[in-house]
Amino acid sequence: MAASGNRNEASAGGAPSLIGSSGDSLREAFGKALVDLARNRPEVVVLDADIAGGTGVHHFRKAYPERFYQCGIAEQNMMAVAGGMAATGLVPFVTTFAVFCLRAIEQARLSIAYCRRNVKIVASHPGLDVGPDGASAQALEDLAAFRAIPGMVVVSPADPLEMAQATAAIMNYRGPVYMRTGRSPARRVLGDDYRFELGRGRVLRDGSDVTLVACGVEVARALDAAQLLDAQGISARVVNMATIKPIDTELLVRCAEETGCIVTAEDHNIFGGLGSAVAEALVQTSPCPMEFVGVQDVFGESGEPDELAEKYGLTGIFIADAAQTAIKRKIAR
Amino acid sequence: MELKTIACRVRRSALQMIYHAGSGHPGGSLSPAEILTWLYARELGLDPARIDAPDRNRFVLSKGHGCPALYAVARHVGLLDPGQLSGFRKIDRDLQGHPNIGTTPWVETSTGSLGQGFSAAIGIALGLRHQQIAARTYVLLGDGELQEGEIWEGAMFAAHYHLDNLCAIIDYNKMQSDDLNANIMMLEPLREKWSAFGWQVIEIDGHDFGQIEKAFGEARETRGKPTVIVANTIKGQGISYMAGNPLWHGSVKLKPEELVRALRDLQTPEIDIEGYVNGSIW
Repeated sequence: MAASGNRNEASAGGAPSLIGSSGDSLREAFGKALVDLARNRPEVVVLDADIAGGTGVHHFRKAYPERFYQCGIAEQNMMAVAGGMAATGLVPFVTTFAVFCLRAIEQARLSIAYCRRNVKIVASHPGLDVGPDGASAQALEDLAAFRAIPGMVVVSPADPLEMAQATAAIMNYRGPVYMRTGRSPARRVLGDDYRFELGRGRVLRDGSDVTLVACGVEVARALDAAQLLDAQGISARVVNMATIKPIDTELLVRCAEETGCIVTAEDHNIFGGLGSAVAEALVQTSPCPMEFVGVQDVFGESGEPDELAEKYGLTGIFIADAAQTAIKRKIAR
Repeated sequence: MELKTIACRVRRSALQMIYHAGSGHPGGSLSPAEILTWLYARELGLDPARIDAPDRNRFVLSKGHGCPALYAVARHVGLLDPGQLSGFRKIDRDLQGHPNIGTTPWVETSTGSLGQGFSAAIGIALGLRHQQIAARTYVLLGDGELQEGEIWEGAMFAAHYHLDNLCAIIDYNKMQSDDLNANIMMLEPLREKWSAFGWQVIEIDGHDFGQIEKAFGEARETRGKPTVIVANTIKGQGISYMAGNPLWHGSVKLKPEELVRALRDLQTPEIDIEGYVNGSIW
C-alpha cells in the first residue's frame, strides 16, 4: 500500500512461529500472533473490555501483563482512550466483539480516524459465524460502517495463517485499521507459501468463466463452490479479497475483463460490505454482471455457524448457484 | 501581562471571531476564559518552539464548542498568529468550528462530540505514565457534557488506574443548549458524584484567579487519584446582556451593534472598536 509505514520488510517474511495450526479460530490465531509480533515492539499495548478470552488477547495478557489495559465493559471510553494513548506514541490494539465496535464507532471516527491515530481495532465475533449467541451479537454491518470512515483500512483475513500475516502487516502500517477475526474454528485454506499484502487481493484458484471474490470465512466456502462448479464443467476463479479497503481495483478489473462476471461472498449484510466495495470499484471502468452472496438485509438468529450459513445462504452451494446466474446474465448480454 | 488583562482580551477575541464567522458559541466561550488563561499563561508552560516535545504538558478542550476561547488564548500567549483568528470557521483556513489536531499542533486531540475529549485525555495521561513521562494532562469539560455516559465510563477508568497526572476542570456555568442543566437533566449532587467515583474534588469560583491558582496547586500535589476542579462560572461572563442567559449558548450570528456593546463591556478602548468590527485588529 502506498500509505503504509516504513517497516513493511518485517511483515511478509517474518511469519510468527506460534500460528497456523489448522482448526485454530481466527481470534486464536490473532491472539497468538500478537504475542510473537509484539515481543520486540514495546510500543504495542492492548486494550480489552472484559472479553480477553473471547478475542484472543488473553495470550497477550499472560505474556505482557504490563502492556495489557483492562477497560471494563465500557467500549466508548476504551476506543477514545486508545486514541489518546496513540497520541503519546504507543500503538494500541483495541479489542472487542465486532458488534461492540459498532457501539463505539463514533469514538473510532472522531478520536481515532479524524485524528489519524495509529490504532488497530481488532474485532472478534463478526457475522453469523458468532452462532448461538444470536442476532444481538452477530455484527452484519461492521464492514459497511467502518469502510465509510475516511482513512480507515478494513481487513478480513481468511484463515489462521493469513490472520497472523495480516496482524504483522497492520502493526507495520501507520494509521487506523479495522480488522475482523472470527469465533469458530477456521479451515486452513492457504498454503505455507501464501503471502498477505495489505491492499492486495490474491487469486487462490484460476478459472475463466466466473470470478468468486470472497473475504473471511467465505473464502473457504468460495473454494467449495469452485469445486462444485468444476463438477458442472464451469471454471471458476477464486479471489481472496482480505483487504476490503482500500480494495484491489487492478485485480478486480483484470478478473472482470478475463472472466466476464463476478460473484461476491461475505458473512455480512449484502449492503455496504465487500460486495458493494467490489461493485463500486468495477462500475467505473469495467462493469459486468455481478451477484451478491451475503445476508439479505435481515438479522440473524441463534444456531450453530454452519446451520446459520446454510439457512442464510452463505455456503458453497449458494455461491455456486449465484455463479450460474451470473454466467447466464453474461451470456445473455 | 496581568492575567485579568489576558482574560479580558480572550473574551474580546472570542466574540470578534464569532462575529466575523457569522456563527459560533459565545456563552460557553466566555465562562472558561479565566481557566484557559491560567492554563496557558501559568500552568502548561508550553514552548512554541518545542510544541511537539514528548514531555510537554497537555490540554484537551473536551467541550470543543468553546474553541473560540481556546484559539483566542493561544493567540494571546503567542502560540497562534493573530491573523489566524480571522479564519475561524472559514473554508480553506485552519481554525475549524471545533478543535482539530490538523494544523494547530497545540490541539492535542480533535473534539466536538461531547465526552470523547475526556476519554482521549485519559488515554494521553495513561500513555504518558506508561512511558514514565512526568508530564501532566488537563481536560476542560462542559457541565452539559457530563450527561454523556462516556464521561462516567472515563471517570471510573481514571480512578481505577490512579491517574494522578490527570486534572479535569468542569466549566460549571449551570446552563446548556436549551435550558438550565437542572431543567434538562439534573447534575447535582455533583461534588458527591465525582467523590464517589474516586476523584479528588476541589470546588472554586472559576473567575477568581486566586482560587484557580490554589486549586491547580492542590491538583499537582494530589497523589494516587485524579483531580476534578468544579469551577463555578457564569455563562456569558463579562458581557452584560449575555451573562446568565442560555439564549447565548448555541451557535449564533452576532450583529455589529451586539459586538460593539460587548466590546464596551470589556473595556475596549473606543479607538480600537472599529478595528475589531472591520477586522483590521485581531
